[in-house]
Amino acid sequence: MIEVQHLTKKYGDLLAVDDLSFKVDRGKIWGLLGPNAAGKTSTMRILTGYLSATEGKASIGDFDVFEEPSKVKKITGYLPEDVPLYPEMTVQGFIHFVSEIKQIAPSKRKEAVNKVIEIVGLEPVRKRLIKNISRGFKQRVGLAQAMVHDPQVLILDEPTIGLDPAQIIEIRKLIKSLKGERTIILSTHILAEVTQVCDGVVIINEGKLMASGSLEELVSSFNDKEGVFIKLKRAGQEALPLFSSIPGVKEVSWDENGIKIEWTKGHDVRDEIIKMIADKDLGLLEMRPLSMGIEELYLKVISGGVEQ
Amino acid sequence: MKNIWALCKKEVKTYFTSPIAYVVISVFLVLVGFFFYNLIWWFNTQSLQLARNPYYFQQLNINQMVYSPLFHNTSIILLLMIPILSMRLFSEEKKIKTEELLYTSPISVTQIILGKYIGSLLVVFIMLFLSGILSIFTFFYGNPELVPILNGYLGLLLLGAAFMSIGIFFSSLTENQIVAAVLTFGSLLLFWVLNWASYSAAGMWKDVLNYLSIFQHFDNMTQGILDTTDVIYYMSFIFLGLFLTHSVIQSRRWR
Repeated sequence: MIEVQHLTKKYGDLLAVDDLSFKVDRGKIWGLLGPNAAGKTSTMRILTGYLSATEGKASIGDFDVFEEPSKVKKITGYLPEDVPLYPEMTVQGFIHFVSEIKQIAPSKRKEAVNKVIEIVGLEPVRKRLIKNISRGFKQRVGLAQAMVHDPQVLILDEPTIGLDPAQIIEIRKLIKSLKGERTIILSTHILAEVTQVCDGVVIINEGKLMASGSLEELVSSFNDKEGVFIKLKRAGQEALPLFSSIPGVKEVSWDENGIKIEWTKGHDVRDEIIKMIADKDLGLLEMRPLSMGIEELYLKVISGGVEQ
Repeated sequence: MKNIWALCKKEVKTYFTSPIAYVVISVFLVLVGFFFYNLIWWFNTQSLQLARNPYYFQQLNINQMVYSPLFHNTSIILLLMIPILSMRLFSEEKKIKTEELLYTSPISVTQIILGKYIGSLLVVFIMLFLSGILSIFTFFYGNPELVPILNGYLGLLLLGAAFMSIGIFFSSLTENQIVAAVLTFGSLLLFWVLNWASYSAAGMWKDVLNYLSIFQHFDNMTQGILDTTDVIYYMSFIFLGLFLTHSVIQSRRWR
């Protein structure tokens, strides 16, 4: 649905996007991850036709972003990082204005506006001036303007920035609920957001693609260790040698009042660990896999991990 | 066309939801009203003094003695007011980041510019229309000629449209409204004084400066003469202003 090929953007001598290529399938939510000034916003602005590219190709749906910009704009909704709002307009008036410039037929405008107000939950403030509503509602108005023309593709630049935790959860829920009919790209700093919302990620740094793929793929390809974390009722640090004696165990360490056991990849020793705990009557309180979190994955990729 | 209308409506609404339109229009009307009152008062005293002399009395012409100077004065008030109206057109969109919404919507840059331009001209039109209501008194108590007056107002509208096209251009250059207003005001003044420079110039330069001066073309219209060269001058002026605005906005994408 969204395809970017060898995209390059230079601002004078500054290389903002450097030979970037990735692909997002229809109906998926992908996260665009990267540190500040990694080129996320530039990439999104190019995709939405706000900026031109220095080199490369990009397409949304069946249309080339540079050849047929107006067709691309009709099927794309965009929420920029700074939500574009006219403070002097009412919420409803603003969304109606957007519905006009997004070329919704006059007979369908009212319905489209009402529908999007309902979807993003703006009913309580629909008649209020935008300058008088809270940050969370403003963000929703931003989402509403991106969605009012029922676009197939949504491009959201940091959709949850500046919101309080409850609002973040709600906006995430909302984005997740849009999945399926729409293909969504969102950029974010919040790694937890990616694991909760996205099907896949594109990680970029200094304009370059560092890694891309579905979360499971990436985690398994970057993960070189397997293991478990256990908490025991009747044993402390003194139990460490017990576990290191199990054949196949690579490393045992004491961490956060529990024991971290790692084994060589492919030699699952969980059965043996359970047996040992039962035999010695140590009392198992907790056992969870030591998987690589998104934070670790991100740091590994950004710090110049393997390029894919 | 529908897109242009949508933007046009939005612009007019924005002017009237903020105090700008009300303040500009009121100040404009107070000043025009003041000039009108003074000119009528002067015309009245002249009429009384010359009433005993039938020959001079015949020479009194309200169109020339009241309307012609009134249009001149009004043109200067427009020169002061238009930069205030035009300064926000693109600067504000830049400042509050709404330009991203406009430029990523399926509307062309030409449509955006025309929508904003026509919207701001509507405010000028409303302003001139309201000032025209004063003429009810002259028609009620006297018998001025209608066509020259309409010509004068057409001239003011064209003049305002030309000013506005410079204003929208400077507004597209900066996100600072004050900078946009000062640049507009400065260049309008320059076009005004080009006329003065033509007095001291000679030969071809005199003609060139005269032709370029935005007020020279307005002179004819205040006299009630509608010359196509003047209309063409204003039209090309407007086209140039809007074309430059278009170029500025297009170049933004390639930065």
